[in-house]
Amino acid sequence: MTAIAGAERPTQTHAEVTRDVVATLGTQSRGYVLMLFGAVALFLVGLVTFVFLLRDGLGLAGYKTPVFWSVFITNFVFWVGIGHAGTLISAILYLFRSPWRTAVYRATEAMTVFAVMTAGLFPIIHIGRQWVFYWLLPYPNQRYLWPNFKSPLLWDVFAIGTYLTVSTTFLVVGLVPDVAAVRDKVSGWRQKLYRALSIGWTGSDNQWRHYTRGYLYLAALATPLVLSVHSVVSWDFAMGLVPGWHGTIFAPYFVAGAIYSGIGMVFSLLIPLRKVLHLEHMITEYHFENLAKLTLLTGSILFYAYGMEYFVAWYSGVSAEQTTFYLRAFGPMWWAGWTMIICNAFVSQLLWFKKIRTNITALFVISIFINIGMWFERYVIITSSLRNDFLPFAWGQLDPTWADWGILAGSFGWFLMYFLLFARTFPIVAIQEVKEMIPMPRKRAGGHA
Amino acid sequence: MARPTPGVLGSFVEIDAATDAIHALKAQGRRDFTVYNAAPNHEIEEALGHKVSPVRVFTLLGGLTGCAAGFAMTIWMSNDWPVLVGGKPIATPVPYVVIAFELTILMGSLITVAAMVLFSALKPTRRLLYDPAFSDDRIGIFVPCDPGQYPVVEQLLSRAGSVEVRHADA
Repeated sequence: MTAIAGAERPTQTHAEVTRDVVATLGTQSRGYVLMLFGAVALFLVGLVTFVFLLRDGLGLAGYKTPVFWSVFITNFVFWVGIGHAGTLISAILYLFRSPWRTAVYRATEAMTVFAVMTAGLFPIIHIGRQWVFYWLLPYPNQRYLWPNFKSPLLWDVFAIGTYLTVSTTFLVVGLVPDVAAVRDKVSGWRQKLYRALSIGWTGSDNQWRHYTRGYLYLAALATPLVLSVHSVVSWDFAMGLVPGWHGTIFAPYFVAGAIYSGIGMVFSLLIPLRKVLHLEHMITEYHFENLAKLTLLTGSILFYAYGMEYFVAWYSGVSAEQTTFYLRAFGPMWWAGWTMIICNAFVSQLLWFKKIRTNITALFVISIFINIGMWFERYVIITSSLRNDFLPFAWGQLDPTWADWGILAGSFGWFLMYFLLFARTFPIVAIQEVKEMIPMPRKRAGGHA
Repeated sequence: MARPTPGVLGSFVEIDAATDAIHALKAQGRRDFTVYNAAPNHEIEEALGHKVSPVRVFTLLGGLTGCAAGFAMTIWMSNDWPVLVGGKPIATPVPYVVIAFELTILMGSLITVAAMVLFSALKPTRRLLYDPAFSDDRIGIFVPCDPGQYPVVEQLLSRAGSVEVRHADA
């Protein structure tokens, strides 16, 4: 175990940790109810829009020659990216034995699962005939057809499917000891429910012996997975010859962007939630400052990647590449291009200042910029390249419609609804891992080496 | 409800008291006792001296199975309905690395979890005495023994620093 300074350790006792986290379950606070109401309202907007799309077809959305990947695919990449911060914090930082992750990792891991669930909807919405989405899977069928495994789109099916399965498994496995702790604190039907969910967990030495090893290997498997998933998503674009897409830097560029956007969402979710659930003493400035440092790192990588994209376009000598990037900055979509650069590359640089890193209000405001900036990044990459392809006579415009925006709003509602319901039903702070950081009482003076 | 296993349950507040009890039990030749704790603890692990969990072998097997299945599936399906495009090979293992990689992770993870559940179930704790405080802030040690040995075990646990001792049939 990494040695940590006293000030950075949780200050509660083991019993206080259980008490405070169990107290968050079943919350009825006004702030929580308002947030849940807002999420359900947004979800209903998306649901109604989807019903119209089912009835009238994709023509309701703003697809227009030559832009046939637009807002829905932008949303897909955005939501997959949001999930990445969760796995970084829950798996990669677990392997590094990073002490500050313990209080925030459960919330981020849940965020991962719900974000990937949200992302998974978009390829299905985008294909038009949603009821035959299962044709993407390799299964024996009467048409004697198999999918094309050379296509990056099919790689995506496997990458996202694996990511959702492994993230959900990781979340559920991590929850078991905490659900058992809740089981031992509540009564009535809730105790019966948590008893069933704790699958006989008692915290015996035999259970911990296999659990700790298994959890370690799950984290070790999730680590390359998280790096691969957004690389595969980036290859949806980079494997194509479209100017603005066909770049070798896409995989690391997308992974850094994914983590950056995910941490932005962590701030946006945790800052209000910790207040509503009265967890300010458990999720502290110390945790947010460390998250801010990660934001600064990934934001700086993005800054470099943006610069490198323009440099490569210029240095390549390929006129189509040069034109695409010129138009991103000075063409009809200049406002979107600059929104992405300012919100991601420049706003993240404010985090060099400790005063800003430790100011919760400033972090919340910055996180909103990050969310907006990262959505626009995907919008710009996808649509600006398709608008201005190799053949200028085929250039076109894109005008997103109410159906695009309705589905986007619905995706936020869908995601937030699940996240808020999870926070009310399961421990949003990992009881077991926080306790692991707190030294147990001793009868003799001195400690264990 | 099944009859509880006969034995003595000691409850500890201090970590070094619990490890003292573990050492004392091992010195008496006892190996079949169970230690409960709310979070994994290195001192308890060292005192117990268990071997490393065999779960890792299943992780490896799961990963290898997934990798083999990924290549086998993609190559076989490509050849089952061959579509020649641009004179390129029908089955091309390089792009199939992505599928094989994802299935390596998927199978490795699922088999790991299955192995964790299986190995935990091999030593069930359903019939052992338990106290809800063990998932909160106490450490528990349950020593299975005949009722005739209760006083000896009780004395051992109390001497190590147990704050509460009770029997299975109390």
